[in-house]
Amino acid sequence: MGVIIKVGMADLKTCKGEDGVTTLGLGSCVGIAIRDPMTGVGGLAHIMLPDSTEIRNNTNRPKFADTGIEDLVSEIVRLGGSRNRLVAKIAGGAQMFAFGGKNDSICVGERNVLATKKKLNAMKIPILAEDTGKTYGRTVVFFPKTGDFHIRSVGKPEKIL
Amino acid sequence: MKDLNMDQLSNQYFDVLKELGNIGAGNATTALAQLINCKVDMSVPQVKLLDFQELGDVVGGDEQIMVGIYFQVSGDIEGSMMFILSQYAAAHLVNKLMCGMLGIEEEVKDEYEFGEMECSAIKEVGNIITGAYLNALSGLTNLKIVPSIPQLGIDMAGALLSVPAVEFGILGDKILFIETQFSDDVELDGYFIMIPEMESYAKILESLGVM
Repeated sequence: MGVIIKVGMADLKTCKGEDGVTTLGLGSCVGIAIRDPMTGVGGLAHIMLPDSTEIRNNTNRPKFADTGIEDLVSEIVRLGGSRNRLVAKIAGGAQMFAFGGKNDSICVGERNVLATKKKLNAMKIPILAEDTGKTYGRTVVFFPKTGDFHIRSVGKPEKIL
Repeated sequence: MKDLNMDQLSNQYFDVLKELGNIGAGNATTALAQLINCKVDMSVPQVKLLDFQELGDVVGGDEQIMVGIYFQVSGDIEGSMMFILSQYAAAHLVNKLMCGMLGIEEEVKDEYEFGEMECSAIKEVGNIITGAYLNALSGLTNLKIVPSIPQLGIDMAGALLSVPAVEFGILGDKILFIETQFSDDVELDGYFIMIPEMESYAKILESLGVM
């Protein structure tokens, strides 16, 4: 059994071999797991906001879907993954509180998911599975070697994508 | 001031926001004491500017199940506000509020499943506490501050906190966090998170004459 590396909010981590990456309590944020199935190299990004170009203060690259995914991919490639073989699984983007759409940041979960998909499509990385939206938080654990993406939520059985 | 950045908040501004948090939390505690009709002590609130990564740890772990009550704030200042407390504290308060009618046993308070009645009671507690908090702020700054109806979420701390974190995320890489410990016969942890929008910070600071 390898070690499980924790990924914080607005953060990304990569690993290989038996190791896994995890992020706890995803709310409206999105967890993006990418791996190269051949070499078993992969990683997980925990993004908070959809678009770095919408915000002036955007130096924290893992915070945004667009720059976060770019950085995650380059990290995986640096660790020995092949750019062309990468596949993705995503989770999160929940709406934790039900308000009307007055404030943009309220439906940020949905926008995060859309931005994530758009970026992955643009980079031609197929999305194999997703568990997004709804109204509850998720904890995810990703094992790049097998591609197993475990999802835990309060009061629900664990899912494996 | 248009470019206020949470990461480079000057000491003076930080102290002012801290003091506002202090006064708000003090008022909220008084309201809580009246509500449950017993003496409530409050520790000196801790005001912290936290990195996103540290958030979950402060409230006892990202996966800790918490009760969050979330408000949107409008009027002279715009933004939102969250009051978050442990499941234990919520069950304890509800039990007190309803004079023990629910008969929530001490042992199950940690993982008590809240029904419709309880949820409604928690929202009301949140409403009153937050109302008192905002009233203090409003009185001090002479600004009109109106909270929306409360929204309740019971979930992992990380997931609940991601909502205010995202709003702070637009401003910078830190979050302003006010921790208050209430205690009557037991210790109850409560946390306030205030998220004024960027222009509202300026308004608050201006109205207090520090800008």
